[in-house]
Amino acid sequence: MERTDPRGAAGTAEAVARQAYGKLVAWLAARTRDVAGAEDALSEAFVAALRHWPEAGIPASPDAWLMTAARRRLIDGHRRRSVEAKAIEDLLVLAGDEAAEDAAAVPDDRLSLMFVCAHPAIEPRMRAPLILQTLLGFDAGTIASAFLVAPATMGQRLVRAKRRIAELGLAFAVPERDEWPERLDAVLEAIYAAYGEGWADPSGQEARLRNLAEEAIWLGRLLVALLPDEPEAAGLLALMLHSHARRFARRDADGRYVPLAAQEMARWDEGLIGEAEALLARAARAGRFGRYQLEAAIQSAHVVRRRLGRPDWQAIGVLYDALFDLTGSPVVALNRAVALAEREGAAAGLSALDAAARDPRLESYQPYWAARAAMLEALGDPTGAAKAYGLAIGLETDPAVRDFLQARCAALPLSR
Amino acid sequence: MQFAILIYGNETAMMAMSEAEQATMLGAYKAYSEALVAAGAMRGGERLRPSPTAASVRIVNGKSEVLNGPYAETREQLGGFYLIDVADMDLALAWGARCPGASHGTIEVRPIWTM
Repeated sequence: MERTDPRGAAGTAEAVARQAYGKLVAWLAARTRDVAGAEDALSEAFVAALRHWPEAGIPASPDAWLMTAARRRLIDGHRRRSVEAKAIEDLLVLAGDEAAEDAAAVPDDRLSLMFVCAHPAIEPRMRAPLILQTLLGFDAGTIASAFLVAPATMGQRLVRAKRRIAELGLAFAVPERDEWPERLDAVLEAIYAAYGEGWADPSGQEARLRNLAEEAIWLGRLLVALLPDEPEAAGLLALMLHSHARRFARRDADGRYVPLAAQEMARWDEGLIGEAEALLARAARAGRFGRYQLEAAIQSAHVVRRRLGRPDWQAIGVLYDALFDLTGSPVVALNRAVALAEREGAAAGLSALDAAARDPRLESYQPYWAARAAMLEALGDPTGAAKAYGLAIGLETDPAVRDFLQARCAALPLSR
Repeated sequence: MQFAILIYGNETAMMAMSEAEQATMLGAYKAYSEALVAAGAMRGGERLRPSPTAASVRIVNGKSEVLNGPYAETREQLGGFYLIDVADMDLALAWGARCPGASHGTIEVRPIWTM
Protein backbone atom coordinates (compact mmCIF):
# COMPACT_ATOMS: atom_id res chain seq x y z
CA MET A 1 0.00 0.00 0.00
CA GLU A 2 3.07 2.25 0.15
CA ARG A 3 3.00 5.19 -2.19
CA THR A 4 6.44 6.41 -3.12
CA ASP A 5 6.77 9.94 -4.28
CA PRO A 6 9.81 11.45 -5.93
CA ARG A 7 9.03 14.94 -4.76
CA GLY A 8 10.72 14.84 -1.35
CA ALA A 9 9.33 15.98 1.95
CA ALA A 10 6.27 17.73 0.56
CA GLY A 11 5.44 14.69 -1.57
CA THR A 12 5.90 12.30 1.32
CA ALA A 13 3.76 14.47 3.54
CA GLU A 14 1.06 14.47 0.90
CA ALA A 15 1.23 10.69 0.45
CA VAL A 16 1.01 10.08 4.19
CA ALA A 17 -1.85 12.52 4.57
CA ARG A 18 -3.66 10.91 1.63
CA GLN A 19 -3.27 7.50 3.21
CA ALA A 20 -4.95 8.79 6.34
CA TYR A 21 -7.63 10.78 4.57
CA GLY A 22 -10.33 8.17 3.97
CA LYS A 23 -9.97 6.66 7.38
CA LEU A 24 -10.36 10.05 9.04
CA VAL A 25 -13.29 11.25 6.93
CA ALA A 26 -14.98 7.97 7.75
CA TRP A 27 -14.26 8.35 11.45
CA LEU A 28 -15.46 11.94 11.65
CA ALA A 29 -18.49 11.46 9.42
CA ALA A 30 -19.60 8.35 11.29
CA ARG A 31 -19.75 10.48 14.44
CA THR A 32 -21.36 13.61 13.01
CA ARG A 33 -23.38 12.13 10.13
CA ASP A 34 -22.06 15.09 8.16
CA VAL A 35 -19.81 13.98 5.32
CA ALA A 36 -19.39 17.45 3.86
CA GLY A 37 -18.49 18.96 7.25
CA ALA A 38 -16.00 16.18 7.94
CA GLU A 39 -14.36 16.75 4.56
CA ASP A 40 -14.11 20.50 5.09
CA ALA A 41 -12.55 20.12 8.51
CA LEU A 42 -10.15 17.51 7.26
CA SER A 43 -9.10 19.42 4.18
CA GLU A 44 -8.21 22.37 6.44
CA ALA A 45 -6.21 20.00 8.64
CA PHE A 46 -4.66 18.63 5.46
CA VAL A 47 -3.54 22.08 4.32
CA ALA A 48 -2.03 22.70 7.75
CA ALA A 49 -0.20 19.37 7.57
CA LEU A 50 1.25 20.11 4.14
CA ARG A 51 2.47 23.45 5.47
CA HIS A 52 3.81 22.08 8.72
CA TRP A 53 5.17 18.58 8.04
CA PRO A 54 7.79 19.26 5.37
CA GLU A 55 9.60 21.53 7.85
CA ALA A 56 8.83 19.91 11.19
CA GLY A 57 8.98 16.35 9.97
CA ILE A 58 6.15 13.85 9.70
CA PRO A 59 4.63 13.14 13.12
CA ALA A 60 4.91 9.65 14.59
CA SER A 61 1.18 9.25 14.21
CA PRO A 62 -0.01 11.24 11.17
CA ASP A 63 -3.56 9.95 11.66
CA ALA A 64 -3.74 11.28 15.18
CA TRP A 65 -2.20 14.62 14.21
CA LEU A 66 -4.69 15.15 11.37
CA MET A 67 -7.59 13.94 13.45
CA THR A 68 -6.86 16.27 16.30
CA ALA A 69 -6.51 19.19 13.89
CA ALA A 70 -9.73 18.30 12.07
CA ARG A 71 -11.63 17.79 15.27
CA ARG A 72 -10.59 21.17 16.61
CA ARG A 73 -11.80 22.76 13.42
CA LEU A 74 -15.12 20.94 13.60
CA ILE A 75 -15.63 22.01 17.19
CA ASP A 76 -14.62 25.61 16.39
CA GLY A 77 -16.99 25.61 13.45
CA HIS A 78 -19.85 24.43 15.62
CA ARG A 79 -19.03 27.10 18.18
CA ARG A 80 -19.13 29.78 15.51
CA ARG A 81 -22.49 28.65 14.22
CA SER A 82 -25.59 28.73 16.33
CA VAL A 83 -25.37 25.26 17.70
CA GLU A 84 -28.43 23.05 17.56
CA ALA A 85 -29.13 20.34 20.06
CA LYS A 86 -27.96 17.60 17.75
CA ALA A 87 -24.70 19.40 17.08
CA ILE A 88 -24.06 19.65 20.79
CA GLU A 89 -24.33 15.88 20.95
CA ASP A 90 -21.78 15.62 18.15
CA LEU A 91 -19.46 17.96 19.99
CA LEU A 92 -19.69 15.90 23.10
CA VAL A 93 -18.99 12.75 21.11
CA LEU A 94 -16.02 14.39 19.45
CA ALA A 95 -14.68 15.94 22.63
CA GLY A 96 -15.06 12.68 24.51
CA ASP A 97 -12.91 10.89 22.00
CA GLU A 98 -9.64 12.35 23.22
CA ALA A 99 -8.68 8.75 23.95
CA ALA A 100 -8.52 8.12 20.22
CA GLU A 101 -5.50 10.40 20.07
CA ASP A 102 -3.43 7.31 19.48
CA ALA A 103 -3.71 6.25 15.83
CA ALA A 104 -4.04 2.59 16.69
CA ALA A 105 -7.19 3.48 18.58
CA VAL A 106 -8.81 5.21 15.59
CA PRO A 107 -11.38 2.63 14.59
CA ASP A 108 -11.48 1.95 10.88
CA ASP A 109 -14.84 3.17 9.62
CA ARG A 110 -13.89 3.15 5.95
CA LEU A 111 -15.98 0.09 5.22
CA SER A 112 -19.05 1.79 6.72
CA LEU A 113 -18.30 4.88 4.65
CA MET A 114 -18.12 2.80 1.46
CA PHE A 115 -21.47 1.22 2.29
CA VAL A 116 -23.03 4.63 2.90
CA CYS A 117 -21.70 5.98 -0.40
CA ALA A 118 -23.08 2.95 -2.23
CA HIS A 119 -26.41 3.00 -0.38
CA PRO A 120 -29.55 2.13 -2.42
CA ALA A 121 -30.84 5.65 -1.65
CA ILE A 122 -27.85 7.19 -3.47
CA GLU A 123 -28.14 7.55 -7.23
CA PRO A 124 -26.19 4.64 -8.79
CA ARG A 125 -24.08 6.88 -11.06
CA MET A 126 -23.00 8.93 -8.03
CA ARG A 127 -21.73 6.05 -5.90
CA ALA A 128 -18.28 5.74 -7.44
CA PRO A 129 -17.67 9.53 -7.48
CA LEU A 130 -18.76 9.75 -3.85
CA ILE A 131 -16.39 6.96 -2.79
CA LEU A 132 -13.53 8.57 -4.70
CA GLN A 133 -14.15 11.87 -3.01
CA THR A 134 -14.76 10.73 0.54
CA LEU A 135 -12.20 7.92 0.75
CA LEU A 136 -9.45 9.33 -1.43
CA GLY A 137 -10.03 13.05 -1.22
CA PHE A 138 -10.27 13.68 -4.96
CA ASP A 139 -11.66 17.08 -5.85
CA ALA A 140 -14.81 17.41 -7.92
CA GLY A 141 -12.87 18.64 -10.96
CA THR A 142 -10.68 15.55 -11.12
CA ILE A 143 -13.64 13.23 -10.64
CA ALA A 144 -15.55 15.13 -13.32
CA SER A 145 -12.70 14.59 -15.80
CA ALA A 146 -12.67 10.88 -15.08
CA PHE A 147 -16.39 10.46 -15.60
CA LEU A 148 -16.67 12.98 -18.46
CA VAL A 149 -19.08 15.27 -16.65
CA ALA A 150 -18.90 19.06 -16.48
CA PRO A 151 -17.00 20.01 -13.28
CA ALA A 152 -19.78 22.32 -12.04
CA THR A 153 -22.34 19.56 -12.57
CA MET A 154 -20.22 16.99 -10.74
CA GLY A 155 -19.73 19.42 -7.86
CA GLN A 156 -23.48 19.96 -7.53
CA ARG A 157 -24.21 16.24 -7.71
CA LEU A 158 -21.67 15.44 -5.00
CA VAL A 159 -23.10 18.12 -2.73
CA ARG A 160 -26.62 16.81 -3.35
CA ALA A 161 -25.58 13.23 -2.63
CA LYS A 162 -23.95 14.24 0.66
CA ARG A 163 -26.98 16.27 1.65
CA ARG A 164 -29.08 13.20 0.98
CA ILE A 165 -26.93 11.11 3.32
CA ALA A 166 -27.52 13.70 6.05
CA GLU A 167 -31.24 14.21 5.35
CA LEU A 168 -32.09 10.55 5.26
CA GLY A 169 -29.85 9.89 8.24
CA LEU A 170 -28.29 6.96 6.40
CA ALA A 171 -26.63 4.69 8.92
CA PHE A 172 -22.85 4.70 9.00
CA ALA A 173 -22.77 1.01 9.64
CA VAL A 174 -21.87 -2.17 7.87
CA PRO A 175 -25.26 -3.59 6.85
CA GLU A 176 -26.76 -6.71 8.36
CA ARG A 177 -25.80 -10.00 6.77
CA ASP A 178 -29.18 -10.49 5.09
CA GLU A 179 -28.75 -7.21 3.19
CA TRP A 180 -25.24 -8.11 2.10
CA PRO A 181 -25.57 -9.44 -1.40
CA GLU A 182 -27.02 -6.32 -3.01
CA ARG A 183 -25.33 -3.82 -0.70
CA LEU A 184 -21.87 -5.29 -1.23
CA ASP A 185 -22.53 -5.52 -4.94
CA ALA A 186 -23.13 -1.77 -5.05
CA VAL A 187 -19.76 -1.14 -3.35
CA LEU A 188 -17.98 -3.51 -5.75
CA GLU A 189 -19.71 -1.93 -8.72
CA ALA A 190 -18.65 1.55 -7.63
CA ILE A 191 -15.00 0.52 -7.30
CA TYR A 192 -15.17 -1.28 -10.64
CA ALA A 193 -16.70 1.82 -12.24
CA ALA A 194 -13.79 3.86 -10.90
CA TYR A 195 -11.39 1.34 -12.44
CA GLY A 196 -13.23 1.37 -15.75
CA GLU A 197 -13.28 5.14 -15.93
CA GLY A 198 -9.59 5.25 -15.09
CA TRP A 199 -7.77 7.76 -17.16
CA ALA A 200 -4.06 7.78 -17.79
CA ASP A 201 -1.77 10.45 -16.53
CA PRO A 202 1.18 9.40 -18.66
CA SER A 203 3.58 11.95 -17.25
CA GLY A 204 2.63 11.11 -13.68
CA GLN A 205 3.39 14.71 -12.81
CA GLU A 206 -0.04 15.81 -11.79
CA ALA A 207 -0.59 14.76 -8.18
CA ARG A 208 -4.32 15.32 -8.38
CA LEU A 209 -4.56 13.42 -11.67
CA ARG A 210 -2.98 10.20 -10.54
CA ASN A 211 -4.15 7.22 -12.43
CA LEU A 212 -7.67 6.40 -11.32
CA ALA A 213 -7.16 2.73 -12.15
CA GLU A 214 -4.44 2.55 -9.50
CA GLU A 215 -6.71 4.27 -7.00
CA ALA A 216 -9.45 1.75 -7.70
CA ILE A 217 -6.97 -1.08 -7.14
CA TRP A 218 -5.99 0.58 -3.89
CA LEU A 219 -9.65 0.65 -2.85
CA GLY A 220 -9.96 -2.99 -3.91
CA ARG A 221 -7.01 -3.93 -1.72
CA LEU A 222 -8.53 -2.00 1.15
CA LEU A 223 -11.81 -3.85 0.70
CA VAL A 224 -10.09 -7.24 0.64
CA ALA A 225 -8.17 -6.28 3.79
CA LEU A 226 -11.39 -5.25 5.53
CA LEU A 227 -13.40 -8.23 4.24
CA PRO A 228 -10.93 -11.10 3.93
CA ASP A 229 -13.67 -13.75 3.74
CA GLU A 230 -15.64 -12.18 0.90
CA PRO A 231 -14.91 -14.06 -2.34
CA GLU A 232 -16.42 -11.43 -4.61
CA ALA A 233 -14.21 -8.69 -3.14
CA ALA A 234 -11.19 -10.90 -3.89
CA GLY A 235 -12.64 -11.59 -7.35
CA LEU A 236 -12.93 -7.88 -8.10
CA LEU A 237 -9.35 -7.23 -7.00
CA ALA A 238 -8.12 -10.19 -9.07
CA LEU A 239 -9.99 -8.84 -12.10
CA MET A 240 -8.45 -5.37 -11.75
CA LEU A 241 -4.95 -6.77 -11.16
CA HIS A 242 -5.20 -9.01 -14.23
CA SER A 243 -6.27 -6.11 -16.38
CA HIS A 244 -3.61 -3.83 -14.90
CA ALA A 245 -0.91 -6.45 -15.43
CA ARG A 246 -1.25 -5.90 -19.18
CA ARG A 247 -1.18 -2.10 -19.09
CA PHE A 248 2.28 -1.77 -20.70
CA ALA A 249 1.52 -4.31 -23.42
CA ARG A 250 -1.46 -2.30 -24.69
CA ARG A 251 0.78 0.10 -26.61
CA ASP A 252 3.87 -0.57 -28.69
CA ALA A 253 7.07 1.48 -28.50
CA ASP A 254 5.54 4.10 -30.81
CA GLY A 255 2.39 4.43 -28.71
CA ARG A 256 0.26 2.44 -31.14
CA TYR A 257 -2.64 0.35 -29.82
CA VAL A 258 -1.99 -3.40 -29.56
CA PRO A 259 -5.05 -5.69 -29.28
CA LEU A 260 -4.94 -8.43 -26.62
CA ALA A 261 -4.32 -11.23 -29.13
CA ALA A 262 -1.21 -9.49 -30.47
CA GLN A 263 0.26 -8.41 -27.13
CA GLU A 264 3.81 -9.39 -26.23
CA MET A 265 3.54 -11.63 -23.20
CA ALA A 266 6.96 -10.48 -22.03
CA ARG A 267 5.39 -7.08 -21.34
CA TRP A 268 2.76 -8.51 -18.99
CA ASP A 269 3.40 -7.95 -15.30
CA GLU A 270 4.01 -11.45 -13.93
CA GLY A 271 3.90 -10.27 -10.32
CA LEU A 272 0.39 -8.87 -10.66
CA ILE A 273 -0.80 -11.92 -12.62
CA GLY A 274 0.53 -14.20 -9.88
CA GLU A 275 -1.18 -12.15 -7.21
CA ALA A 276 -4.46 -12.18 -9.14
CA GLU A 277 -4.33 -15.97 -9.61
CA ALA A 278 -3.63 -16.52 -5.91
CA LEU A 279 -6.55 -14.28 -4.93
CA LEU A 280 -8.85 -16.12 -7.29
CA ALA A 281 -7.79 -19.54 -6.02
CA ARG A 282 -8.38 -18.46 -2.44
CA ALA A 283 -11.76 -16.95 -3.29
CA ALA A 284 -12.86 -20.13 -5.09
CA ARG A 285 -12.49 -22.12 -1.86
CA ALA A 286 -15.47 -20.24 -0.43
CA GLY A 287 -17.62 -21.92 -3.08
CA ARG A 288 -19.70 -18.78 -3.74
CA PHE A 289 -19.23 -17.69 -7.32
CA GLY A 290 -20.32 -14.34 -8.59
CA ARG A 291 -19.84 -11.88 -11.38
CA TYR A 292 -16.39 -10.65 -10.38
CA GLN A 293 -14.84 -14.07 -9.85
CA LEU A 294 -16.21 -15.13 -13.26
CA GLU A 295 -14.79 -12.04 -14.96
CA ALA A 296 -11.43 -12.57 -13.28
CA ALA A 297 -11.48 -16.23 -14.35
CA ILE A 298 -12.03 -15.10 -17.96
CA GLN A 299 -8.89 -12.96 -17.63
CA SER A 300 -7.05 -16.05 -16.32
CA ALA A 301 -8.18 -18.04 -19.33
CA HIS A 302 -6.74 -15.32 -21.56
CA VAL A 303 -3.32 -15.28 -19.89
CA VAL A 304 -3.14 -19.07 -20.14
CA ARG A 305 -1.61 -18.14 -23.49
CA ARG A 306 1.68 -17.96 -21.60
CA ARG A 307 1.54 -21.74 -21.13
CA LEU A 308 -0.67 -23.06 -23.95
CA GLY A 309 0.37 -20.61 -26.63
CA ARG A 310 -3.30 -19.60 -27.05
CA PRO A 311 -6.17 -18.52 -24.82
CA ASP A 312 -8.46 -21.25 -23.52
CA TRP A 313 -11.46 -20.29 -25.66
CA GLN A 314 -13.43 -23.29 -24.45
CA ALA A 315 -13.20 -22.10 -20.85
CA ILE A 316 -13.82 -18.49 -21.87
CA GLY A 317 -17.03 -19.56 -23.63
CA VAL A 318 -18.31 -21.49 -20.61
CA LEU A 319 -17.49 -18.60 -18.29
CA TYR A 320 -19.28 -16.08 -20.50
CA ASP A 321 -22.33 -18.36 -20.59
CA ALA A 322 -22.39 -18.39 -16.80
CA LEU A 323 -21.81 -14.64 -16.65
CA PHE A 324 -24.64 -13.99 -19.09
CA ASP A 325 -27.05 -16.16 -17.09
CA LEU A 326 -26.08 -14.15 -14.03
CA THR A 327 -26.17 -10.61 -15.43
CA GLY A 328 -28.07 -10.63 -18.73
CA SER A 329 -25.78 -7.77 -19.72
CA PRO A 330 -25.62 -6.89 -23.44
CA VAL A 331 -21.87 -6.28 -23.09
CA VAL A 332 -21.45 -9.83 -21.79
CA ALA A 333 -23.54 -11.10 -24.71
CA LEU A 334 -21.22 -9.23 -27.06
CA ASN A 335 -18.08 -10.72 -25.52
CA ARG A 336 -19.67 -14.15 -25.55
CA ALA A 337 -20.26 -13.77 -29.29
CA VAL A 338 -16.61 -12.84 -29.81
CA ALA A 339 -15.49 -15.93 -27.86
CA LEU A 340 -17.89 -18.04 -29.92
CA ALA A 341 -16.41 -16.68 -33.15
CA GLU A 342 -12.96 -17.74 -31.93
CA ARG A 343 -14.20 -21.24 -31.14
CA GLU A 344 -16.70 -21.97 -33.92
CA GLY A 345 -15.97 -19.40 -36.59
CA ALA A 346 -17.21 -15.96 -37.63
CA ALA A 347 -20.64 -17.13 -38.87
CA ALA A 348 -21.58 -18.52 -35.45
CA GLY A 349 -20.15 -15.41 -33.84
CA LEU A 350 -22.14 -13.09 -36.09
CA SER A 351 -25.48 -14.76 -35.38
CA ALA A 352 -24.76 -14.52 -31.66
CA LEU A 353 -23.85 -10.87 -32.20
CA ASP A 354 -27.14 -10.25 -34.04
CA ALA A 355 -28.99 -11.72 -31.06
CA ALA A 356 -27.03 -9.49 -28.68
CA ALA A 357 -27.78 -6.42 -30.83
CA ARG A 358 -31.48 -6.70 -30.01
CA ASP A 359 -30.49 -4.65 -26.98
CA PRO A 360 -30.46 -1.05 -28.26
CA ARG A 361 -27.75 -0.07 -25.75
CA LEU A 362 -25.14 -1.65 -28.00
CA GLU A 363 -25.92 0.78 -30.84
CA SER A 364 -23.55 3.43 -29.51
CA TYR A 365 -21.06 1.00 -27.98
CA GLN A 366 -17.79 1.10 -29.89
CA PRO A 367 -16.64 -2.50 -29.15
CA TYR A 368 -19.86 -3.85 -30.67
CA TRP A 369 -19.14 -2.23 -34.03
CA ALA A 370 -15.45 -3.19 -33.91
CA ALA A 371 -16.37 -6.84 -33.23
CA ARG A 372 -18.99 -6.78 -35.97
CA ALA A 373 -16.51 -5.30 -38.44
CA ALA A 374 -13.92 -7.98 -37.68
CA MET A 375 -16.48 -10.78 -38.14
CA LEU A 376 -17.83 -9.37 -41.41
CA GLU A 377 -14.25 -9.00 -42.61
CA ALA A 378 -13.57 -12.66 -41.77
CA LEU A 379 -16.74 -13.67 -43.64
CA GLY A 380 -15.59 -11.86 -46.79
CA ASP A 381 -17.99 -8.91 -46.65
CA PRO A 382 -15.64 -5.91 -46.95
CA THR A 383 -18.49 -3.47 -47.66
CA GLY A 384 -20.37 -4.39 -44.51
CA ALA A 385 -17.10 -4.45 -42.55
CA ALA A 386 -16.18 -0.95 -43.74
CA LYS A 387 -19.54 0.39 -42.60
CA ALA A 388 -19.14 -1.20 -39.16
CA TYR A 389 -15.53 0.00 -38.87
CA GLY A 390 -16.76 3.50 -39.73
CA LEU A 391 -19.18 3.51 -36.80
CA ALA A 392 -16.55 2.06 -34.47
CA ILE A 393 -14.09 4.78 -35.52
CA GLY A 394 -16.70 7.49 -35.05
CA LEU A 395 -17.58 6.26 -31.54
CA GLU A 396 -14.00 5.83 -30.30
CA THR A 397 -12.43 8.42 -27.99
CA ASP A 398 -8.89 7.01 -27.77
CA PRO A 399 -6.80 8.27 -30.71
CA ALA A 400 -4.52 5.19 -30.62
CA VAL A 401 -7.48 2.83 -30.93
CA ARG A 402 -9.01 5.06 -33.59
CA ASP A 403 -5.83 4.89 -35.68
CA PHE A 404 -5.75 1.11 -35.29
CA LEU A 405 -9.35 0.76 -36.50
CA GLN A 406 -8.72 3.16 -39.38
CA ALA A 407 -5.71 1.11 -40.49
CA ARG A 408 -7.81 -2.08 -40.35
CA CYS A 409 -10.54 -0.40 -42.37
CA ALA A 410 -8.10 0.97 -44.93
CA ALA A 411 -6.68 -2.53 -45.44
CA LEU A 412 -10.07 -3.95 -46.51
CA PRO A 413 -10.13 -5.24 -50.11
CA LEU A 414 -12.70 -2.71 -51.31
CA SER A 415 -13.18 -2.06 -55.02
CA ARG A 416 -12.66 1.69 -55.13
CA MET B 1 -31.29 19.76 -26.03
CA GLN B 2 -29.11 21.29 -28.68
CA PHE B 3 -25.38 21.80 -28.19
CA ALA B 4 -22.60 23.30 -30.26
CA ILE B 5 -19.40 21.30 -30.42
CA LEU B 6 -16.73 23.90 -31.20
CA ILE B 7 -13.43 22.51 -32.42
CA TYR B 8 -10.31 24.49 -31.55
CA GLY B 9 -6.89 23.46 -32.74
CA ASN B 10 -3.45 24.73 -33.59
CA GLU B 11 -3.67 25.66 -37.28
CA THR B 12 0.08 25.75 -37.74
CA ALA B 13 0.38 22.17 -36.51
CA MET B 14 -2.55 21.15 -38.73
CA MET B 15 -0.92 22.71 -41.78
CA ALA B 16 2.30 20.85 -41.01
CA MET B 17 0.55 17.47 -41.16
CA SER B 18 1.68 15.03 -43.85
CA GLU B 19 -0.83 14.09 -46.52
CA ALA B 20 -1.27 10.65 -44.99
CA GLU B 21 -1.96 12.20 -41.59
CA GLN B 22 -4.48 14.60 -43.14
CA ALA B 23 -6.24 11.71 -44.89
CA THR B 24 -6.42 9.81 -41.59
CA MET B 25 -7.86 12.87 -39.86
CA LEU B 26 -10.46 13.44 -42.56
CA GLY B 27 -11.40 9.76 -42.38
CA ALA B 28 -11.82 10.05 -38.63
CA TYR B 29 -14.07 13.10 -39.02
CA LYS B 30 -16.13 11.35 -41.67
CA ALA B 31 -16.62 8.37 -39.34
CA TYR B 32 -17.47 10.71 -36.46
CA SER B 33 -20.10 12.49 -38.55
CA GLU B 34 -21.59 9.15 -39.59
CA ALA B 35 -21.72 7.99 -35.98
CA LEU B 36 -23.57 11.20 -35.04
CA VAL B 37 -26.05 10.61 -37.87
CA ALA B 38 -26.53 6.97 -36.87
CA ALA B 39 -27.24 8.05 -33.29
CA GLY B 40 -29.82 10.56 -34.54
CA ALA B 41 -27.89 13.40 -32.89
CA MET B 42 -26.60 15.24 -35.96
CA ARG B 43 -28.16 18.62 -36.71
CA GLY B 44 -25.36 20.09 -38.80
CA GLY B 45 -21.74 21.09 -38.86
CA GLU B 46 -19.04 22.60 -41.05
CA ARG B 47 -15.30 22.85 -41.33
CA LEU B 48 -14.03 26.44 -41.44
CA ARG B 49 -11.33 27.73 -43.76
CA PRO B 50 -8.16 28.75 -41.86
CA SER B 51 -8.26 31.89 -39.72
CA PRO B 52 -6.15 34.10 -42.04
CA THR B 53 -9.10 33.99 -44.46
CA ALA B 54 -11.24 35.66 -41.81
CA ALA B 55 -12.04 39.34 -41.51
CA SER B 56 -13.45 40.71 -38.27
CA VAL B 57 -15.80 43.64 -37.94
CA ARG B 58 -16.92 45.74 -35.00
CA ILE B 59 -18.28 49.25 -34.46
CA VAL B 60 -15.92 51.56 -32.55
CA ASN B 61 -17.06 55.12 -31.72
CA GLY B 62 -19.88 54.75 -34.18
CA LYS B 63 -17.55 53.79 -37.04
CA SER B 64 -17.23 50.29 -38.35
CA GLU B 65 -13.75 48.87 -38.09
CA VAL B 66 -12.71 45.88 -40.17
CA LEU B 67 -9.65 43.82 -39.27
CA ASN B 68 -7.80 41.06 -41.10
CA GLY B 69 -7.88 37.70 -39.42
CA PRO B 70 -9.97 36.40 -36.56
CA TYR B 71 -10.98 38.74 -33.76
CA ALA B 72 -9.08 36.98 -30.96
CA GLU B 73 -5.42 35.97 -31.20
CA THR B 74 -5.03 32.62 -29.52
CA ARG B 75 -2.76 29.63 -29.86
CA GLU B 76 -5.78 27.56 -30.87
CA GLN B 77 -8.16 28.66 -33.58
CA LEU B 78 -11.76 27.71 -34.24
CA GLY B 79 -11.54 25.17 -37.03
CA GLY B 80 -15.09 23.90 -37.28
CA PHE B 81 -18.25 23.08 -35.44
CA TYR B 82 -21.07 20.59 -35.10
CA LEU B 83 -24.59 21.22 -33.94
CA ILE B 84 -25.96 18.19 -32.12
CA ASP B 85 -29.18 17.29 -30.36
CA VAL B 86 -28.90 14.98 -27.32
CA ALA B 87 -30.70 14.55 -24.01
CA ASP B 88 -28.24 16.34 -21.72
CA MET B 89 -24.80 17.84 -21.16
CA ASP B 90 -23.32 14.50 -20.07
CA LEU B 91 -24.15 12.98 -23.45
CA ALA B 92 -22.97 16.11 -25.26
CA LEU B 93 -19.60 15.83 -23.49
CA ALA B 94 -19.38 12.17 -24.44
CA TRP B 95 -19.78 13.21 -28.09
CA GLY B 96 -17.27 16.02 -27.54
CA ALA B 97 -14.72 13.46 -26.32
CA ARG B 98 -15.28 11.33 -29.43
CA CYS B 99 -14.52 14.25 -31.74
CA PRO B 100 -11.18 13.52 -33.45
CA GLY B 101 -10.05 17.08 -32.65
CA ALA B 102 -10.17 16.33 -28.90
CA SER B 103 -6.84 14.50 -29.03
CA HIS B 104 -4.86 17.41 -30.50
CA GLY B 105 -6.85 20.48 -29.56
CA THR B 106 -9.71 21.59 -27.37
CA ILE B 107 -13.35 20.84 -27.85
CA GLU B 108 -15.75 23.32 -26.35
CA VAL B 109 -19.25 22.00 -25.72
CA ARG B 110 -21.88 24.69 -25.29
CA PRO B 111 -25.64 24.52 -24.84
CA ILE B 112 -27.58 26.42 -27.50
CA TRP B 113 -29.51 29.38 -26.11
CA THR B 114 -33.00 28.62 -27.33
CA MET B 115 -35.14 31.70 -27.76
